[in-house]
Amino acid sequence: MALVLNEEQVMLKDAAAGFLSEKATVAHLRALRNERNAQGFSNETWVEMAQMGWAGIAIPEQYGGSGYGYTGLGLVLEQVGRNLSASPLQSSVLIAATIISELGSAQQKQALLPAIAAGTLKMSLALQEGHHHAPLNSMATATRDGDDFLLSGTKVMVLDATSAERFIVVARSSGTVGDEQGLSAFVIDAGSSGLSLQNREMVDSRNVGALTLDNVRVAAADLLGEENHAWPGLSRALDIINIGLSAELLGLSAEAFERTVAYLKERKQFGQAIGSFQGLQHRAAELFAELELARSIVLKALHAIDAAEEDLALIASAAKAKLCEVAQRATNEAVQMHGGIGMTDEHDIGFFMKRARMAQHAFGDYYYHLDRYARLNGF
Amino acid sequence: MTDLDQFRQETRSWLHANCPESMRTPARGFDDFYAGGRNPEIGHPDQKLWCDRMAERGWTVPHWPKEYGGGGLSKDEVKVLRQEMMRISARSPLESFGISMLGPALLKFGNEEQKQEHLPKIVRGEIRWCQGYSEPNAGSDLASLATKAEDKGDHYLINGQKVWTSYADKADWIFCLVRTDNSGSKHEGISFILFDMADPGVTTRPIKLISGSSPFCETFFDNVKAEKRNLIGEVGKGWTIAKYLLTHEREMISGFGTAVGQSVGEIAVDTIGLDVSGRLANGVLRHAVAQYQLDTLAFTTTLARVGDEAKAGQGLGAASSIFKYYGTELNKRRNELTVAALGESGLGWDGEVYSDGKVCRDWLRSRANSIEGGTSEVQLNIIAKRVLGLPDA
Repeated sequence: MALVLNEEQVMLKDAAAGFLSEKATVAHLRALRNERNAQGFSNETWVEMAQMGWAGIAIPEQYGGSGYGYTGLGLVLEQVGRNLSASPLQSSVLIAATIISELGSAQQKQALLPAIAAGTLKMSLALQEGHHHAPLNSMATATRDGDDFLLSGTKVMVLDATSAERFIVVARSSGTVGDEQGLSAFVIDAGSSGLSLQNREMVDSRNVGALTLDNVRVAAADLLGEENHAWPGLSRALDIINIGLSAELLGLSAEAFERTVAYLKERKQFGQAIGSFQGLQHRAAELFAELELARSIVLKALHAIDAAEEDLALIASAAKAKLCEVAQRATNEAVQMHGGIGMTDEHDIGFFMKRARMAQHAFGDYYYHLDRYARLNGF
Repeated sequence: MTDLDQFRQETRSWLHANCPESMRTPARGFDDFYAGGRNPEIGHPDQKLWCDRMAERGWTVPHWPKEYGGGGLSKDEVKVLRQEMMRISARSPLESFGISMLGPALLKFGNEEQKQEHLPKIVRGEIRWCQGYSEPNAGSDLASLATKAEDKGDHYLINGQKVWTSYADKADWIFCLVRTDNSGSKHEGISFILFDMADPGVTTRPIKLISGSSPFCETFFDNVKAEKRNLIGEVGKGWTIAKYLLTHEREMISGFGTAVGQSVGEIAVDTIGLDVSGRLANGVLRHAVAQYQLDTLAFTTTLARVGDEAKAGQGLGAASSIFKYYGTELNKRRNELTVAALGESGLGWDGEVYSDGKVCRDWLRSRANSIEGGTSEVQLNIIAKRVLGLPDA
């Protein structure tokens, strides 16, 4: 697959840029934060996004999507990053729908994916338990009880937890810390008995929650994939999710950079534009180079998903590690080069830094993925 | 069978019959390639035979037009030729600045007589060329060059000095930037001229580098007469040609970063070993190597992306402006990490046990990559001003 966008993809990108830069901007995110909106996004905007088909973009046609692939979803996520558009596109579409696609039976896909594609069902993943993404360390338990399972444990970093109607919960049905075998995935209702939700206020003003599960009963029919064998599918889904987050980070970084370059041309000190100083010019030029590299690796990774490449692990960790590095540098430099005004809440540039860190942390940060990349390279 | 299949079959059998066995081996570094010239350096007697056979068909420069001695092959045919050569590990028959640098400039800016005169000799490897650009006081600020060319009616009289002239001591002719006019801005009044290194008044002195080798020279011109018909393009407009050629040179240098052979990670595993968790035993070096390999993957993917964009008719994107800067910085990192991974044997200077100091000398040589052909700092200036549109001070 050539590393270029085709005409359809360019149109999709333009459409996403047009809509989001009007309806879901940093100003909208700021307003949601200021009104302490509980779910962290606008329902009306989400309905419109779904109507444009973005919720079903990567979902196969037989399950109500447009079968447009992850390159398409990545292009929309890039624009989401540029505008810091708040919506369940990550939690429900990129994350939950991908896991269902990888793990679910035909019946489960038929039951869940068309509703997600239509934007009428919002789902979220409950995976992380400790300080960091460490999926094999999952110790929430799934215990057989007749034909059912009982789930117990605690989960953090559950995105859009307040608005999700169902959760995918990963729990250990056998084995111990670090084992690939023994993990199982379940779909539970948000209203399940024994399930409680604690809201956690995070730095990016998006809704994130923690779940406590106390013997939550789930029928065997709601086991996603095979008992004890969730890992291969879950692992592949996590690779796809990280590539999608990389696309968001690309848009976010590029936007923060472009705003900063514009500021360098406009802000005057010592009687001249600060962008005329070589000390800033070289840092901007280096960042430009890094962003070009970031763009290439994201596109290659998105293509790898759509080409159904068997092993996505290496390219996924490469993309996420690189984008975590570049996003951190781009947003840090953005604040530094804006100077004092960049430290104020009133200026928008700080929002990019805040969202960047959450997207970096989610499902493994720079340190996690560079370590994984090295291991996959044999060292 | 398509025409291209036909071409492939013919090429395969021709190569089979004409490529000497000894030339079906990879060259051991840049100096092992045949560069031609009046007094060619012959590493192996078959080098000249192989070059002559290929040159007869114009295949030393297969993409140049037939009328100038080239192969006149289409892009697809050139690709087939390369693939078939690779299939039998045939090495390139001729590598020269005439092919990579002067030729493209002549094709774009030369008149018909100049093309007829010089291009076929490049194809046949008869004349070896060198490039006279930098001067002691014109390095990064190349346009301030001062080598003077005085109009003497039927010729130019050239006086001055060049430096960092690659292989000047081995070259037969030079393509040279000279100042024909001092009255305007420094970018005006520069001309692009060719003359014979055997002409009276030309002397060269090799410069020994920190790597121990002498690929560069100081070159002196003392009342050298250059024929007027050998001035390329318009008088005083040589800067345009110089910039065009610098782009070619930078592309060439940026390719140094993509090395073949053992990866740095593999070398480090051999020399340092893995810990019980399967990670390189030194975690700090491991981080540096992993970051280097990640950046290399992202950079080579960028080269591929820009190539794909150009093929798709989207032109050469802004991303190409980073090639020289990023490619050379990566190559320096690779060499630095290789030496670190090899430790003691990475610093060996001479003798069989150290393969004559290849790793060490390559490392030292790599330090020049971000200086030659425009320093990294100059490249960053270009990105800042031309791509990002940041203002001048």
